[in-house]
Amino acid sequence: MEGKPNILSVANLKVEFNNHVILNNISFDVKRDSTLAIIGPNGAGKSVLFRTLLGLIPFKGVVTWSSDAKIGYVPQKLSVAKDLPLTVNEFLHFKEKKQAKINETIESVGFLKEAGHSHNDKRVLGTRLGDLSGGELQRVLIAYALLDNPNVLLFDEPTAGVDVTGEETVYSLIHKLQADEDLTIILISHELEVVNQYADIVLCLNKENICFGPPNEVIDKESLTKMYGEGVHLYKHHDHE
Amino acid sequence: MFLLLVGAFFGAASGYLGSFMVLKRMSLVGDALSHVALPGIAIAITFGVNPMLGALVALFIATFGIWYLSEHSEVYPEALVGVFFTASLSIGLLITPEAELLEALFGNIDKVGLIDGLMVIIGALLIFVVTKLISRELLLGVVSEDLAKSQKINVRKINLIYLFLVALVVALGVKFLGTLLTGAMVIIPAVTAKNFAKSIKSYYFIASFVGAISAALGILVAKLFGISSGPAVVLTAVILFVISFISRKK
Repeated sequence: MEGKPNILSVANLKVEFNNHVILNNISFDVKRDSTLAIIGPNGAGKSVLFRTLLGLIPFKGVVTWSSDAKIGYVPQKLSVAKDLPLTVNEFLHFKEKKQAKINETIESVGFLKEAGHSHNDKRVLGTRLGDLSGGELQRVLIAYALLDNPNVLLFDEPTAGVDVTGEETVYSLIHKLQADEDLTIILISHELEVVNQYADIVLCLNKENICFGPPNEVIDKESLTKMYGEGVHLYKHHDHE
Repeated sequence: MFLLLVGAFFGAASGYLGSFMVLKRMSLVGDALSHVALPGIAIAITFGVNPMLGALVALFIATFGIWYLSEHSEVYPEALVGVFFTASLSIGLLITPEAELLEALFGNIDKVGLIDGLMVIIGALLIFVVTKLISRELLLGVVSEDLAKSQKINVRKINLIYLFLVALVVALGVKFLGTLLTGAMVIIPAVTAKNFAKSIKSYYFIASFVGAISAALGILVAKLFGISSGPAVVLTAVILFVISFISRKK
């Protein structure tokens, strides 16, 4: 991994909303084919960082994707209305015309060819988005992101609102994706075990860059206090270094 | 017969267009917008122009206003929209000649001539084509705006086109439904369809179908019993909605 080139390089990133600094002085690189986890307390700017990487919001600084980067985005659990009359198949057709490709992709995210329960196999395609469980919806969103063969996947809290069994499937799926050749994964999480288990590199965030490096080296008492300890006393003045 | 056809075209177009409005949770925008038509109609009558055109101009201006406000402020300025629309309704009430007022408010099918009818049919076809073209983008925006934007979809532009289409459909309807009731045809067929639909295709189809049936049946009833066409059409749609609601409950 050491020798691989960067697929993403971020330098001196600053994001403001209404003169309110959300992210400041963020710099980091992501190596091709690696897995980066972004952790931090609520309001640390994790999702804002994602939206910046996707080019959805204005920012100062430099965000450079390698020229062949093709990004698939898995948004944080959607609040799909229960009665939205949109089936999984119709949703996936937004991106892909060929049914064969859709079938193949839906199988690749863990829906079987045939199974006892209709949500576990291809019949899920006929199900409305609103009728899926959290874990199922998450896998459908992953399938959607995978449809146009991206080489970068951005996951915003892949298991938010997913129950324990669903969580396992989602993470085993991410683990499976890591084995894919040339697939860089960037995920937001607040579960430290997950970060330790899956990430090559971790970025600790609390409006600023608190730590960056391999999880077992950089996650320690000091960085955790900096991230979460301060979060508790959010209204006290910040620790300016 | 021609009027029934015109009604069906209008109903289908408003049902189809309204299906997105309901999903976007902005059902009342159509209703609020229809109030803006009144001052436009009044001014058109004063200058002897086709009221539909007056309504259209007023609606386009208001639509652009709503779009601008919703894109340029952090929260959706609902209260402001409410103030703006009641204001335009009041102005409309003041400047509409009294003889024409009832008609402008509730519609009069007898005043829909051949030219008006053709305008409605052409407008409805235009709405179908354009809506179909932007339907994927619109719907993706409903599922997740970030997801849509991440696919380089210009959500703002799509929203503006959509709102213009809503303005157009309201303008098409004012002559036989009146300014107070046109908005209803954007909402009711779509919520009716939502009670039946199992997929998005069936949802669009049922919404258009219910819209067409309500408008045609309502106009027929209005003609037969000599009642006002606006309430007749809207109540027909409401009856279909109630049926769909009861059948869903079972």
